[in-house]
Amino acid sequence: MASIVIDRVRKSYADVAVLHDVDLTIDDGEFIVLVGPSGCGKSTLLRMIAGLDDVTEGEIRIAGRPVGHLSPKDRDIAMVFQSYALYPHMSVRDNMSYGLKLRRTPKEKIASAVSGAARTLGLDALLDRRPKALSGGQRQRVAMGRATVRSPKAFLFDEPLSNLDARLREQMRSEIKRLHGQLKATSVYVTHDQIEAMTLADRIVALQGGRVQQVGTPLELYHTPANLFVAGFMGSPGMNFLSATYLAEGDGKAVMLPDGTRLALAGRPPLATGTRVTIGVRPEHVAIASGGDGLAVTVDLVEPTGLGFILHLRLHDLPFKIFRQGDTSGVDRPQVRVVLPAARLHLFDGDGRRVALA
Amino acid sequence: MTASARRLKGGLRAAALSLYLAFALFPLFWLLKVSVTPNILLYSEGIRMWPSRMTLDHYAYVLTHSQFPVFFRNSSIVAGGTAVCVTLLAALAGYAMSRFRFRGKAVIVVLMLITQMFPLAMLVAPIFRMMASVGLTNNLLGLVVVYTAFNVPFATFLMQSFFDGIPKDLEEAAMIDGATRFVAFRHIVLPLTLPGIAATLGFVFTAAWSELLFALMLISDNQVSTFPVGLLTFVSKFSVDFGQMMAAAVMALVPAGFFFLLIQRYLVQGLTAGAVKG
Amino acid sequence: MTASLLAHGGPRKPPLRLFQRVEPYLYTAPSLVLIVALILVPLALGVSYAFQDVQLLDPLSGGYVGLDHFRDMAGDKAFRGALANTLWWTAASVVLQFLLGLVLALLLDKPFRGRGLVQALVFLPWAVPSFLVGLNWAWLFNPVVGPIPGWLTALGLMSAPTNILSDPALAMWGPIAANVWGGIPFFAITLLAALQSIPRDLYDAAAIDGASALQRFWSITVPFLAPTVVTTVLLRTIWIANFADLIVVMTNGGPADHTQILSSYIFTVAFKQLDFGYASAVALVLLALLSLYTLSILMLRRLVLKDHR
Repeated sequence: MASIVIDRVRKSYADVAVLHDVDLTIDDGEFIVLVGPSGCGKSTLLRMIAGLDDVTEGEIRIAGRPVGHLSPKDRDIAMVFQSYALYPHMSVRDNMSYGLKLRRTPKEKIASAVSGAARTLGLDALLDRRPKALSGGQRQRVAMGRATVRSPKAFLFDEPLSNLDARLREQMRSEIKRLHGQLKATSVYVTHDQIEAMTLADRIVALQGGRVQQVGTPLELYHTPANLFVAGFMGSPGMNFLSATYLAEGDGKAVMLPDGTRLALAGRPPLATGTRVTIGVRPEHVAIASGGDGLAVTVDLVEPTGLGFILHLRLHDLPFKIFRQGDTSGVDRPQVRVVLPAARLHLFDGDGRRVALA
Repeated sequence: MTASARRLKGGLRAAALSLYLAFALFPLFWLLKVSVTPNILLYSEGIRMWPSRMTLDHYAYVLTHSQFPVFFRNSSIVAGGTAVCVTLLAALAGYAMSRFRFRGKAVIVVLMLITQMFPLAMLVAPIFRMMASVGLTNNLLGLVVVYTAFNVPFATFLMQSFFDGIPKDLEEAAMIDGATRFVAFRHIVLPLTLPGIAATLGFVFTAAWSELLFALMLISDNQVSTFPVGLLTFVSKFSVDFGQMMAAAVMALVPAGFFFLLIQRYLVQGLTAGAVKG
Repeated sequence: MTASLLAHGGPRKPPLRLFQRVEPYLYTAPSLVLIVALILVPLALGVSYAFQDVQLLDPLSGGYVGLDHFRDMAGDKAFRGALANTLWWTAASVVLQFLLGLVLALLLDKPFRGRGLVQALVFLPWAVPSFLVGLNWAWLFNPVVGPIPGWLTALGLMSAPTNILSDPALAMWGPIAANVWGGIPFFAITLLAALQSIPRDLYDAAAIDGASALQRFWSITVPFLAPTVVTTVLLRTIWIANFADLIVVMTNGGPADHTQILSSYIFTVAFKQLDFGYASAVALVLLALLSLYTLSILMLRRLVLKDHR
């Protein structure tokens, strides 16, 4: 077990920078998820922690010790790959014991470690098979087993579930969470899937364009996204955005939509009147008005999800979504009226940064 | 497609393949035919498909009264030694070309291409002088060294394509598991490249087994001649005894052909894996 | 001072980094040393011979003669004949090997019963040493001991069974036939490999879109094969232009130099006349021509590829 410190780390290939000044402290036993769209630099960061890629500038410390000069084998970490990277010519048992053998662990210790991990992961019956004879889910388990037998200082996961079907992904997700609960090992998990990030993470690191956008607990990112990127990336279906103008007159708690409609805010932002802003509201927070209040919107499409439904609307001819639980009765008409609750509105300034309401 | 059209297509394919088979195998059949034709029938039944009387005398003579067994042994040593050396060197170089990005890589590619570009006759005199100065003429080791140099470029290219077919993840997993890159190469990559190694071994073996030009130039002593040179001595020393020569040729073809039959499948696989994509 | 240096990840050079930087060269060095020592150094020597008087058995030879060899070449009829023959020999061999190899690869691309065996057998000529190929085909073309002249006569292609190798007009076809026989497997193997790397879904998608077999060949197979074809034809052309064994064994350049190509001419000058200086000069000309050819093909390829993007 160990903490991992990423200290002003920069990475560039030739002249192209892929990571800019990343600072991050991962506490001992913490489960950190690096999330972002493809190409945001999250995998590169993970590979630099592993020692598979060089750090261009800055320093990474594992358990307080700078590891820049250490090769992967000397960092005492384990990694689960997206492709699983199981050794095709070795049995499951040999796959799992390979790392211990390289470390010249005594035979009895290897045997007990492997059988222990196999029991936890339900692999007992598969130990003598080759990876080729395993299903996708089983391979995934072997990859996990290979990582756990060594009790390394930290676990690194590189999109480990993205090759599984939806059902298995859900199942493995909860298993990883349970396993982390048992082992309490420092973990860094890379994914582009925000549900995985929300469900697994102690803290999420949202990355875009090689820069950290926000670090925080899943609920912090969900409730108080630091900028438009995080707001749009976290949550499904994604947040709705409307451009608006801030009105400081009166109580200073209102914005005006392009068509002149006024929307109430929950507090006062530190802005001058007339400032162009973006209003964000999550689809699950939009209310459908029963009477004559709210904004009139055109229904474009209804997508039932079983649990509820997603309404695709046009608001000022821009796409706008609502998620509601229950059945679609009451919305099966061409027009509905919606209410945007003041307490649920997010306000972003012209640079896309969150504006706090007082 | 109707059943009859499909049958017609199948028939055409079978006919075309039969023609190819006949074209590929007939000259080899003729070699065999001459080698079992008694000397007195060699010309009188020269164009018959099979002699009226068959004999194995040529084979017996070649095995007992000629130096063919010596040539055969020499060729085995040279071809085997070359195949092992080349495969070892090409595996290392091909791995570097497949896995590393480094300064000078393009230069290496160009150097290796250059080696394929000119008539070998141009090199014979300089190489003879160099080998003579270090005492490696009339020496099987000298042949191995020269053959190794000339076969390394293509073999490197071939091995690189096999390595390209093996996911990088596997080595990275091994390196995280505690292996150095070289250990990962030995434990993980090499075992998975065995078909490629077999293909390279077989390819180089066949090439070295057949080489004539350098063997002629660097070897003058019969005791260290390889079989292509030895075959030519049938032309000069035995007043062109074609029957014996063909018998020797058939026997010499067997190992090369055997190796080739074993590896040709992997050769196709190896080229599929990577080389042809670029 | 020290602390701030460390905090900035200072300019340290730990041994591991150094090793990582050196590692690729450790892997390539053994091959490179061998190639430089036994191919590139001799090549440089060979090039220098082109400007020297090097007669192997003449102790008085030696010394630089400048461009004399190249001046001699301008008036050398045999050289000019060999130049024309080289074009002919190379073009005919490459085209026939390629076309027949392509058809064979297409035939072998679809699975059928016994494919493994058929493939192994049709590729077998690759394993036959080139001088043996030459001897064998010379034998096949001989009207007394070989069947081909008889067949050609029976087909009406020849008035009487004679040896085409001694007919100045036809002799070149002998080595070309032998070369095609030995070279089909090379093209078939590389093209088969390329064919098998084409994703099968593409054919299914095209078939569903209503493309006929011929249309599928033109719109999928041809573009996918194109890069392989360019590379293999390029390599093979160079190789065949340099390939003298068959001609030396089958006709020795005859009759009356009608099958003499540059590489066999180099061979003759070097080993029969033992004039290595002149041989090297001719080889240098051949090398220059092949380099020119390579460059133009590579430029053409770049142009074509640019159009595709």
